[in-house]
Amino acid sequence: MSPDTSPPALSKADITSADATRSARTEERARAARRRRGIVLLARAAVLVFVLGVWEWFARAGIIDPFNFSMPSKIWDQIQQWALHGTPQGSLLEQIWYTLYEALLGWVVGVIAGVVLGIALGRVRFLADVMGPYIKVLNALPRIVLAPIFLIWFGLGPASKVASAVVLVFFPVFFNAFQGAREVDRHLIDNARILGARDRQVTLQVVIPAATSWIFTSLHVSFGFALIGAIVGEYIGATKGIGLLVSASQGTFNSAGVYAAMVILAVVALLAEGLLTFLENKLFRWKPTAHDAR
Amino acid sequence: MAFLTFRGMTSHSSPAIELRGVRKAFRTPSGASHTAVRDLDLTVQQGEFVAVVGPTGCGKSTTLTLVSGLEEPTEGEVLLSGEPVRGIDDKIGFVFQQDATFPWRTVLSNVMAGPRFRGVPKAEAKERARDWLARVGLSSFDDRYPHQLSGGQRKRVALAATFVNDPSILLMDEPFSALDVQTRALMSDELMDLWAGTGSSVVFVTHDLEESIALADKVVVMTAGPATVKEVFTVDLPRPRRVESIRLDPRFIEIYREIWSSLGEEVRITRERGAQNVA
Repeated sequence: MSPDTSPPALSKADITSADATRSARTEERARAARRRRGIVLLARAAVLVFVLGVWEWFARAGIIDPFNFSMPSKIWDQIQQWALHGTPQGSLLEQIWYTLYEALLGWVVGVIAGVVLGIALGRVRFLADVMGPYIKVLNALPRIVLAPIFLIWFGLGPASKVASAVVLVFFPVFFNAFQGAREVDRHLIDNARILGARDRQVTLQVVIPAATSWIFTSLHVSFGFALIGAIVGEYIGATKGIGLLVSASQGTFNSAGVYAAMVILAVVALLAEGLLTFLENKLFRWKPTAHDAR
Repeated sequence: MAFLTFRGMTSHSSPAIELRGVRKAFRTPSGASHTAVRDLDLTVQQGEFVAVVGPTGCGKSTTLTLVSGLEEPTEGEVLLSGEPVRGIDDKIGFVFQQDATFPWRTVLSNVMAGPRFRGVPKAEAKERARDWLARVGLSSFDDRYPHQLSGGQRKRVALAATFVNDPSILLMDEPFSALDVQTRALMSDELMDLWAGTGSSVVFVTHDLEESIALADKVVVMTAGPATVKEVFTVDLPRPRRVESIRLDPRFIEIYREIWSSLGEEVRITRERGAQNVA
């Protein structure tokens, strides 16, 4: 009797103890992962504190000239002052808003033009053959030098900044859309045609969705370009904007002002980048995530 | 009803698919001309299931793209129900070897694609798509994306997406070659079930002789490339067939041996050429 009953009882005990050790180990692993995350965050903060600290210390000790290189505490004061009492050109938010507005408008126009032309040239061979050399020539131009010309054409207002943002944004988006349209899996197009799709349906319902991941890659880069276009435009000549803050600060030998404008710009760019990533994740639900693929 | 009788009438006068003296040459990237198929004569009757076997890379797939209208022959004629092929015909359904489901569309939307492309109203397309999804056993997967499915399930989606268009000519290019052996046998049986009662003509390209005998009424053996028809064998096994059991039928083995004596030689020629190229 007992030899019959005891083995199962034993094995059951084994299983529960195995379960217990397994869950203990899982717990242990989770704790290790949490600890590691904490250490990374701490080290990151330490790097920032170290760099800012050394900068501040060098400037205060006179190792570097604070007039030229400024120091973190001065930059912070400058930001605070702009935020609380406004800049010489008007309130800080207004400056940020102008720059964002110009960059966004230029970005949207550049992206639409780039995507439409990129897909069109990617799909229509004749267009690509005719336009190809011209686009290459335009792309070879250092387009940032167009900013002064736009200033002459469109004046000190936002239009000239939007124009320089557009020319900077257009090319990376165009080339990615073009490449994306060219690289669509042939079988997808064949399949769509067999299923009854006409050329226009193939373009809208196969080529464009298939090219979106190419296009989105360029959207990240190109928003940075749009900001550059707007800032450079403002720097050359404007009545409002962060670029104007930079040039005005430079004109009054206020190096803290230049750095403060840079900090503000970096924060704005990071927020925009975060928003774009969020949209991308919503749009690409159909894609396997890195986790799925593994 | 009128449409059905019309289709029936044409079937008496002309076969579903007819290739006459077809040659297809491609330009290789280096600029040379590469002949994929030559002197190709092939006839597929209405409602007939024809399997095409041949050595790897001999030009079997090219034959399908010519029938589908995706490519035009360099020489010769391709006729569908007696009419020369001009572009892609509405009668055609094509199941590709590679995954050709649209990854950004859900399963349901993938199956709806064909009818929607052809201008069927959304509600009706959805109803027909749901019907075919049920027939391939994927009803509960309609809101998934292709990457969330297994290879076999994706193939079922492709089958549903093809059958939902009600094709009278079904072209299949090694559709199950990427699947594991068990899934492949299962899919073959399912294909038989789906095909039964549609009355459509099938051209099924494969390099798997067993699969071809189990499925087809007629097995066409192609020569080593540039391909042409070497021999045509009639498979007189009774229907309905089950892939796993029919393989053990003595008549099946007899047919297998007969066709292999013809196909084996071409496979050997291809292999020797490959060896020469390596040397």
